[in-house]
Amino acid sequence: MSELTLTLIKLGFLAVLWLFVLSAVSVVRSDIFGTKATAGPRTAARPAAAKPEKTRRPKRAGRGRPSHLHVVEGPNAGQSVPLGDGPVLLGRGTDAAIRLDDDYVSTRHARFATNGEQWFVEDLGSTNGTYLGSQRITSPVPIEPGVQVRLGKTIVELRK
Amino acid sequence: MSVRDTARNQRDASWVPRKRRGAELVLTMMAVVIGVAAYAAVGLGTEGTIPADTFKLGGFLAVVAVATTLLVRRVAPYADPVLLPLVIALNGLGLAMIYRLDVGRQALDPDRAAFANGQLVWTTLGVVAFAVTLTLLRDHRRLQAFTYSFGLAAIVLLVLPLLPVVGREINGARIWINLGPFSFQPGEAAKVCLAIFFAGYLVVKRDALALAGRRFLGIDLPRGRDLGPILVAWLISIGVLVLQKDLGSSVLFFGLFVVMLYIATERPGWLVVGALLVTAGVTLGYWQFGHVRTRFDAWLDPFTGDAGYQVKTGLFGLAHGGILGTGWGQGSPQTTPYSFSDYIIASLGEELGLTGLMAILLIYGLIVERGLRIALTCRDGFGKLLAAGLAVSFALQVFVVVGGVTRLIPLTGLTTPFLAQGGSSIVLNWLIIALLLRISDQTRRPAPSPASLASSDTQVVRLP
Repeated sequence: MSELTLTLIKLGFLAVLWLFVLSAVSVVRSDIFGTKATAGPRTAARPAAAKPEKTRRPKRAGRGRPSHLHVVEGPNAGQSVPLGDGPVLLGRGTDAAIRLDDDYVSTRHARFATNGEQWFVEDLGSTNGTYLGSQRITSPVPIEPGVQVRLGKTIVELRK
Repeated sequence: MSVRDTARNQRDASWVPRKRRGAELVLTMMAVVIGVAAYAAVGLGTEGTIPADTFKLGGFLAVVAVATTLLVRRVAPYADPVLLPLVIALNGLGLAMIYRLDVGRQALDPDRAAFANGQLVWTTLGVVAFAVTLTLLRDHRRLQAFTYSFGLAAIVLLVLPLLPVVGREINGARIWINLGPFSFQPGEAAKVCLAIFFAGYLVVKRDALALAGRRFLGIDLPRGRDLGPILVAWLISIGVLVLQKDLGSSVLFFGLFVVMLYIATERPGWLVVGALLVTAGVTLGYWQFGHVRTRFDAWLDPFTGDAGYQVKTGLFGLAHGGILGTGWGQGSPQTTPYSFSDYIIASLGEELGLTGLMAILLIYGLIVERGLRIALTCRDGFGKLLAAGLAVSFALQVFVVVGGVTRLIPLTGLTTPFLAQGGSSIVLNWLIIALLLRISDQTRRPAPSPASLASSDTQVVRLP
């Protein structure tokens, strides 16, 4: 084996190794940016709906954000809790922001959390579930002020 | 249009995740080519001919690659497409380097043991563990039901090597157990069990940990009863590790514990507390234990005395490799003690140079990135924490090993995932990849139709 062949083998192997790494990186890259939206009623409607929202956003940041969580129906109706930046826990337990006096509510039932712009509601594995309308939620769902969220026999909503 | 149809249309209109199984197949084939090319290059470099069993190894790698990609296509069609090829490439590189070191070490002394065939057997077992996990575990959330069982299993696994009959002491560390002709390092399995335990426990308790409790010196201290079980599990594991003198795993488990606590509670205070505890532990270890002091002295000054021999030869090897390396079979990595296990990074650094080592570190980086990405996109808290924990433990392990070999931190005994010779490590790392793929399949799969719930009038009650 001559010195030259061995050097060529060495460089060739390094080239193949880097080719592999770079291809993996490119798959990762297209994996991040390459998710396609299929055409459907929702995507078609989105540009129209999105535009006014965008122009409204700067104003909304100061004024339009919900300021407290209000219990609309159920044993604790009328109670409310002010919203800050942190998450709000709802349930029958002592660590809940509002101690719901509702037998159909779990000790730690649901959590309201914000990312700074939008509020989300997340079910914490409660027995009877958390509902938006008739839909039981399984993952964090963004909610707007005025949308009613049902936990057991209690209904809560965000208010401005 | 009924309610059900509307729901389905809305779901279909949201973005559809791409499976990218074709890209995975192409990358996997490239990974096989890398493994086979490395093996052939070893033969050309050492003996001038392509080794006779290149085709055997090539066939083996090709079978592993095809079998695993087909399995993923079948049981986890939406799983991450990059993880599997990356792992196969690392495994192939490791097999080639172990074979190369067998040749080199037996040229020095014909009586030395060969490891390449054993590693091949262990890789097969690892792939079997991967296949079984991926096939049987269809939903990672089922692991959450066994949170405390996994916690207990971790403690049992850690205690096993200390027991008189099953335990075996090698090189001053009592971390092996006898399994017939083989020995097994249960600490690797304990790592996975602990990650599952921490994830299952923290996902239930994170609110209690983050929100309830007193504030002290700017750090929110949780209540004792919330932290109790996790502290007990941690103290037992660390205590056992101190008794077994296994430094690397102590650092790894503690790091895993702190980072998962940080991820679960979103309180950076835990990282500060963790860093302080590590400093305190290291200082205490330095003054109390002889073997810690030896490691420190070998790290600070490897060129005087015998303690730093391994560190020293490893550094000479890396220097010999330079930017482009000596080429497969052209260097002399076999002169470093444990060049096939703890020091395989230095061996690869010598023969592939900085260029090759950077590629290998990038492969590790990509694996960790994919793990964290899976954690970010995962919809349920348990999967999030588990994926993040596994990715972080992988990252910590690579950092501790590579940092030790390159003399950034004191050398501690941990295996280099997928590269180093060692059965338990390779089997458990394949299992970790199976778990990550399972979580990513769940994550990227389109959400199942909620229509059945919407259309039913009966309230569904799920018992905890």
